[in-house]
Amino acid sequence: MDRFAVSIKIYVPRDTTANARGANKIAALIEKIALSRGVDIKLVRTSSRGLYWLEPLVEVDTDAGRIGFGPVSDDDVLSLFEHKFYIGQPDHHLYLGLIEDIAYLKNQQRLTFARAGITDPLNIEDYKAHDGFNGLEKALRMSAQEIIDQVKTSGLRGRGGAAFPTGIKWQTVADAPAEQKYIACNADEGDSGTFSDRMIMEGDPLVLIEGMCIAGLAVGATQGYIYTRSEYPLACDIFNDAITLACDAGYLGENICGSGKSFNIELRVGAGAYICGEETAMLESLEGRRGMVRVKPPLPAIEGLFGQPTVVNNVISLASVPIILDKGGDYYKDYGMGRSLGTLPLQLAGNIKQAGLVELAFGTTLRKVVEDFGAGTRTGKPMKAIQVGGPLGAYLPESLWDLPLDYESFAEAGAVLGHGGIVVFDETINMTDMARYAMEFCAIESCGKCTPCRIGSIRGVELIDKLRDPNQKQQRQAHLQLLDDLCDTMEDGSLCAMGGMTPFPVRSAIKYFEEDIDRLLSVVDSH
Amino acid sequence: MVSKEKVKNIMSKSDIGIENLDKQMILDIIKPLKEQPGALLPILHNIQLLLGFVPDMVVPIIAGELNISRADVHGVVSFYHYFRNSKPGKHVIQVCRAESCQSMGAVALERHVKNTLKIDYHETSSDGEFSLEPVYCLGNCACSPSIAINDEVVGDMDAKKFNELLENLRTKPEWIGSL
Repeated sequence: MDRFAVSIKIYVPRDTTANARGANKIAALIEKIALSRGVDIKLVRTSSRGLYWLEPLVEVDTDAGRIGFGPVSDDDVLSLFEHKFYIGQPDHHLYLGLIEDIAYLKNQQRLTFARAGITDPLNIEDYKAHDGFNGLEKALRMSAQEIIDQVKTSGLRGRGGAAFPTGIKWQTVADAPAEQKYIACNADEGDSGTFSDRMIMEGDPLVLIEGMCIAGLAVGATQGYIYTRSEYPLACDIFNDAITLACDAGYLGENICGSGKSFNIELRVGAGAYICGEETAMLESLEGRRGMVRVKPPLPAIEGLFGQPTVVNNVISLASVPIILDKGGDYYKDYGMGRSLGTLPLQLAGNIKQAGLVELAFGTTLRKVVEDFGAGTRTGKPMKAIQVGGPLGAYLPESLWDLPLDYESFAEAGAVLGHGGIVVFDETINMTDMARYAMEFCAIESCGKCTPCRIGSIRGVELIDKLRDPNQKQQRQAHLQLLDDLCDTMEDGSLCAMGGMTPFPVRSAIKYFEEDIDRLLSVVDSH
Repeated sequence: MVSKEKVKNIMSKSDIGIENLDKQMILDIIKPLKEQPGALLPILHNIQLLLGFVPDMVVPIIAGELNISRADVHGVVSFYHYFRNSKPGKHVIQVCRAESCQSMGAVALERHVKNTLKIDYHETSSDGEFSLEPVYCLGNCACSPSIAINDEVVGDMDAKKFNELLENLRTKPEWIGSL
């Protein structure tokens, strides 16, 4: 036996992206080599810290704190053992030092993601040891109105993208008289460049369960649904396991913590339809129908799922509720600026060197995030455009990168924060391609209920093709005018944000990068 | 829900296809789910999990059990991209076309994948090995471009890595699931 052999905890994430980078294999190798070398370890599959460029990131417990090694490849595992990484010995080339001291992590304000990468997502004791269920326990001692008041005080606004004040939504549902009310958690995270909902479901599912329970107590709902994507199989597996765990531990189901109150959660899975992230389409889908957008009013808060008053909240909104109840609305609202209070988990993606999850108080500039955290592009070429807020968000040229990340500043600039996705593009991208893709995506994913979205998007693709046709260059101005009119029609006439916001990326890509219209065609119409 | 493990067991025992499908098997899936509100999607998911697709012949069975019209069921099956009504290849490859992946060369990657497999999206190779589908985000945007093979997500994809993957899929069946 190795003379250093004590039962040492080694942490390897279990997360879609960590696994995509090889975490499962690394975990298996560590166990195998530890066994063969007689090193007594206990392997814990945690969630990811969200420092994705360092995945697979292996951590070990030491007296000073957790020491990290990463990114670990298969070939590194043996040498890690040879260098006694398990006692935190610093001479291996993958040694990162204390995880908490890594600037990327240290400079964040992690409230919603406080446990990310630290706990075992499926361990109730671990969750409780890190402030888990404090919010729920406090909520159980409060009246429904007191819970809603805390959420109102916090200033929390919907993190799905629409940024509607969560407390006001809850009040509306609480005030609506009905026998049965519902909490419908929108986990249909379809925006490219976003993965924070997935990270919660895979990495800290209990915080979402806790948040949904609190919402149920606040509005008088006893049934919750969480609607997620078929593209997230690992999240589904982990979340379903978490539901079972929470029920067995008495934090979910009948008579929660002996309070006499009940709340149940069921996970439902979509089937590859982006539009089901729109709240009314999601409700239709939950009811077993085509994901067709409903006309509003009535608002879902009044007539939602199965015609009953329903809170529809994004995963991040609901996962932010436990800390608000635990530490108070005032604590949460101390973060942020203006009317954007609290923190926003940003997701750095695309052509970026240090991609990952960056939870920050509102107000930092976009430039600071992509430069200080992101460290520039992965290809090393200059950044050209940044798309914030998913496929319906504007493409921002460098002149707009000093915008503070808050809802109002972005709205003023004709942009959106959306769900916090930040996708970086280098100079090789042709922005007219991206404008065309935005229209094409809308045509593919439109539910088809309203004409501006269903037909407008198809006409949009055709128009952009005409716009860049060298033989039609004389009609350039007329085509631009027509595209502008079409965008007006889609913005003003569409039933929901799908058709109503597709013009955002289209217009910004044309407006700020007009020179790309004449750059070489590179899109293959491949659908 | 029928558990994934259970389905895998059934699938490994016999090659269940449309030819030896019996109605009772479909009813066994529907019965435990039909009373829950909004049961149609969970039912379709379990059918596709078991069979790999949603054959047209199940539509009237589901309609009868849920007391809705066949048009309603067909409408739902055809609305959602994930549900398919024809048998997929042995391996389903999804290529992400969304913005984050495009920023890292997804357009060139999809061209390579199509040329290599000699099929377009929504098609199955003539040897029945591969089906190709587009996907709009796998939530793996931190290491774009991404593809998924039989639900397993692989990131940082390029032509070379894709060729290696394909070679492994063709020659080492046990390799699947060991990513």
